[in-house]
Amino acid sequence: MCLAIPARVMRLDGGKAQVDFGEGVLRDVNVTLVDAKVGDYVLVHAGYAIQTVDEEDALETLALWKEILAAEKEQGS
Amino acid sequence: MAEKHRFRDPELAKKIVQKIQKVTPKDEPVKFCHVCGTHEWTITHYGLRSLLPRNVEVIAGPGCPVCIVPAAEIDEAVQLAQKGVVITCFGDVLRVPGSNVSLLEAKAAGADVRVVYGVSDAVEMATREQDKEFAFSAVGFETTAPSTAVEALGKPPENFSFLVSHRLIPPAMELLLGVGDLNISGFIAPGHVSAIIGMKPYELFPRVYRMPTVVAGFEPIDVLMGIYMLLKQRAEGTARLENEYSRVVKWEGNPRALEVMERAFAVTGGNWRGIGRLPDSALKLRDELSAFDAREKYGVHVEQGKDILLGCECHLVIIGKIKPDECPMFMKACTPAKPVGACMVSSEGTCRVWAKNTAAQKI
Ligand code: SF4
Repeated sequence: MCLAIPARVMRLDGGKAQVDFGEGVLRDVNVTLVDAKVGDYVLVHAGYAIQTVDEEDALETLALWKEILAAEKEQGS
Repeated sequence: MAEKHRFRDPELAKKIVQKIQKVTPKDEPVKFCHVCGTHEWTITHYGLRSLLPRNVEVIAGPGCPVCIVPAAEIDEAVQLAQKGVVITCFGDVLRVPGSNVSLLEAKAAGADVRVVYGVSDAVEMATREQDKEFAFSAVGFETTAPSTAVEALGKPPENFSFLVSHRLIPPAMELLLGVGDLNISGFIAPGHVSAIIGMKPYELFPRVYRMPTVVAGFEPIDVLMGIYMLLKQRAEGTARLENEYSRVVKWEGNPRALEVMERAFAVTGGNWRGIGRLPDSALKLRDELSAFDAREKYGVHVEQGKDILLGCECHLVIIGKIKPDECPMFMKACTPAKPVGACMVSSEGTCRVWAKNTAAQKI
């Protein structure tokens, strides 16, 4: 129920956007709750974009996890 | 975006598991609780429990918004359907047991019950079919409530109303801390609820209850990392609020969604199936919107329903006291094809997740 799926904004039309869930699955969703531009990723739940997905943050998070794990290894913790 | 694949990297998962093993105290039992059906799905589907040290347990709290809708609120929807109002609902709600019948059974008996993907589809139907009355069964936690709020504030057609069953997650988490023998050592807080409410509502858990709390995402790496962060706090002897899911969850949540919720709803006490009444845990349309409140509009009010059938242990599964396979009916009298309790009905119910994933792929 709280499942929300990332999708890419393909077209914006006022409060609505056409988004791509990947593999050609397109849908119109309501984007009035987020500030999304064409090309952005949004999290879609029950026909509404509820948040934008920060792609840069995603990359940083992964890099950070790898770094933390490596650094802690050196310290032998 | 290959996000999901990156956050499923088996090499990284292996490294996190090694770190988890290092920071886990040797003999003390550690029990973390999540409150989200999607977390349960990830944990079960990828077999994450089997990767954890023996003394680290992850239990599922009341994370399925469909499972905790009390029978009385299903009865209200059934009554409306029997009066000739078209009931629109999420697919998962259809088979949730009412005191006597589910919406699916009402439909089989001739009522007009329709499954929708979201509330806007329901509003569109009502706009198209002005000769009929429509009500939407608005089930869901904070993830879903903003969509209801937007539609309620957006001047829906006069033949449309809402049967609001929204519930709030933080009060349920607080309740779990009061369940004496659960002995939770930390919370994995739900990522998509948090995308809306942000971090602030969880502050009290570390501050007041000294409970390490980590907001985590839904890929295997997210959940493993969340567990690692909790174990690390424990090893350091601290209790903090941390955000593993920063690509989606901001400190302030989604202010626009919070603002529409605030305008549309008042917070009130509400019943939870298997739990009972929790103060300040439910949403109700504000008085200005009462024309769209199905309970007011049609005068349906069911105070008390039959929540738990004899022999069903949903009330214990919902608060994480027992695992589904400890219920004598699990996969015997109660299966996904013939569910007995609400926890077997919804795709996010703990019993249903366990039933579907007994032979699932492992990471
Ligand atoms: S297995 Fe079925 S009967 Fe048992 S607790 Fe789960 S839903 Fe209830």
